[in-house]
Amino acid sequence: MFNEMNVLMLGILGLFAVGLYALLAVRNLIKIVVALQILVKGAIMAFILAGKINGHMQTAQSVALTVIVADTMVAVIGLALAVQVKRRLGTLDVNELTSLRG
Amino acid sequence: MYLINILLAAGVVYCAVRAVIAKRLLASALWLAGTSAIVAMVLYNLGARELAVIELSVGAGLVTILFVFAISIAGEEGMGERTNIPRPVVWIAVLVFLFLLGEQVLPHIIPIPGGWDLESPFTFALVLWERRSLDVMLQIVMIVAGVVSALGLLAPAMAPQAVKKAGQAAGHKNVAQTAAGDTAENSRRTTAAAGEVQG
Repeated sequence: MFNEMNVLMLGILGLFAVGLYALLAVRNLIKIVVALQILVKGAIMAFILAGKINGHMQTAQSVALTVIVADTMVAVIGLALAVQVKRRLGTLDVNELTSLRG
Repeated sequence: MYLINILLAAGVVYCAVRAVIAKRLLASALWLAGTSAIVAMVLYNLGARELAVIELSVGAGLVTILFVFAISIAGEEGMGERTNIPRPVVWIAVLVFLFLLGEQVLPHIIPIPGGWDLESPFTFALVLWERRSLDVMLQIVMIVAGVVSALGLLAPAMAPQAVKKAGQAAGHKNVAQTAAGDTAENSRRTTAAAGEVQG
């Protein structure tokens, strides 16, 4: 029933599920960045798996490399924002970020 | 190979779960690094060797250093168990997402005779520099934008320190002026006292 690619796809689905759960449930700003990282790792694995199945591995690697660069920049900016929020408001809790309310 | 893939898939999900449920942020960052390392192993097994190296160095190395740096500045902060969205709603959303995606994707992953071991005539470098040159330019723009944004975000944080240092320097200057004034006053008093004595 399950070949080895199906097994890897289940792992990818697991990564997506964990990342989505964390994105919805976690309140810590740094952990939200962790959740985004987990989601993107699932996407990278999915790209490479698709390239493997279709025989376009080099193209899949090129696209996944772009995703890795974008993901790293998201982490850099997200963590810098978290540090700024902590310095200015004294907390990392997204529920406490009330300064944006009108 | 089948067993290795099962172990890798289980390991990557286990590390991701531990990264999410870890109480301490530092432990969470380290479990995320473990997730990246196992993802790199999966990529290597699938034949994406160049990307596996990049994922290992960037995902498990650079990003982990960034997390540790940010955590060392921001500090650990415990959060309660309460979530923004009620947990049943979160679980339902995740299960619906899994069902829809799995139902769409899993039946279509079928073995293609010889398809998985196709040798492409193009190398990774050739595809990246020749066929995907727009991606390369996009990556350069993203790196520059990310670095500039991070510097811009961190610059206001350094401004109060600069103001504080300037204030300290001004304070030292005032103290020096005060000390000089005190010395002049003392010398004047001493001269006046000497004059009185002489008188």
